[in-house]
Amino acid sequence: MNELAIKELLYNIADDLLIQGHRNSEWTGFGPLLEEDIAFSSMAQDKIGQSQALYQMLHELGEQAPDTVAFTRNAKQFHNCVFVELPNGEYDFSLTRHFLFDTALAIRFDMLTQSSFTPLAQLAMKVRGELKYHTLHANTWIKKLGTATDESIQRLQKSLDAAMPYALGIFEESAHERDLISQNVFQGEAIVRTKWEAAIRDVLSKTQLVLPDLSKVNAVIGGRVGKHSEHLQPLLDEMSEVFNIDPTAEW
Amino acid sequence: MEINKEQILTWLEEVKDPEIPVLSLVDLGVINEVRIENDHVQIEMTPTFVGCPALDMMKMDIEETLRKNGIDKVTINVTFNKPWSSDLISEKGRQALKQFGLAPPPNATLFDDLDILEKAICPRCNSDQTELRSTFGATLCRSIHYCNNCKEAFEQFKPI
Repeated sequence: MNELAIKELLYNIADDLLIQGHRNSEWTGFGPLLEEDIAFSSMAQDKIGQSQALYQMLHELGEQAPDTVAFTRNAKQFHNCVFVELPNGEYDFSLTRHFLFDTALAIRFDMLTQSSFTPLAQLAMKVRGELKYHTLHANTWIKKLGTATDESIQRLQKSLDAAMPYALGIFEESAHERDLISQNVFQGEAIVRTKWEAAIRDVLSKTQLVLPDLSKVNAVIGGRVGKHSEHLQPLLDEMSEVFNIDPTAEW
Repeated sequence: MEINKEQILTWLEEVKDPEIPVLSLVDLGVINEVRIENDHVQIEMTPTFVGCPALDMMKMDIEETLRKNGIDKVTINVTFNKPWSSDLISEKGRQALKQFGLAPPPNATLFDDLDILEKAICPRCNSDQTELRSTFGATLCRSIHYCNNCKEAFEQFKPI
């Protein structure tokens, strides 16, 4: 198996999880209602834990220890898509991103349960069950607020339109895409995207929201090769602030 | 001293889930395998949730309990080769959860949408006149419900 290709795939997924997990944690104490505060905090805990399991897998393939990888890289060394590093904005944007991102993530892990790379397939079996709660949560609120008041519908529509170029960046292909597919490690981004479009179309059809014409949306890519927005480095600085006070401390 | 797997599992009955102190790790179903080679005990365990913050504490508690019983060489491996499901909680464990005030989880293989969570049985009065308040609770493994019969909020162990 092409180890370099597997490592890149693991970094792409792990970094998406860590950065989205950190953004979710920024809702702790600020949620629009207590249950949402707890939901975003719980999803942060899940995602950061899942990223740790993937960094541990990378460590077993010879990469640095999980804490070193999470806390000591700079923005250019991160593989996450630009979408997850964007600031939370208002709740409508956070909810829209949660819906678009987690739908893709759940499909990805569902596909990875079939991976020829056994450690990843085993972890995916576990993560798939956890993500079901994330997508159910997103779908419930999109359906609720996407049919509620003029204001809630307008706000979500605006966020959906603004998020879409970034959301399509989730599916930026790896340089090793063909190897991953031919070796049955991962069925590829194109299949994730096709399934994702069907899934979000299905949920949005139960609301008054309109899915933009995706053939006319230009995807914001570059995140997988370290080209990020100005928002990632400040996030990393904050995330690693405590770690950097004393990198040798035992927790 | 002659040690066997049954003896180790009996000792592990003392080690409780730090977040649910009435439930042993054995009844929770997170101990996958116990292997004994001479005086070396190897334990394979799997977390309930990948991001479970109680995992390190569970590992420390296992080591301490076995050390107390004279076993010094313990290796604990965390694996996902037999992923945990809430269906692995034993019948004894389910009863302990209920007495603790946590509704035991419904069958996880049937869990596909929120409907099954809507039908939680109140652990206090056994009424099914309950409603789901939030799929995320005080810990990753619990959801929040409200009982319209006894007018109390309660938590359920999530099916997963």
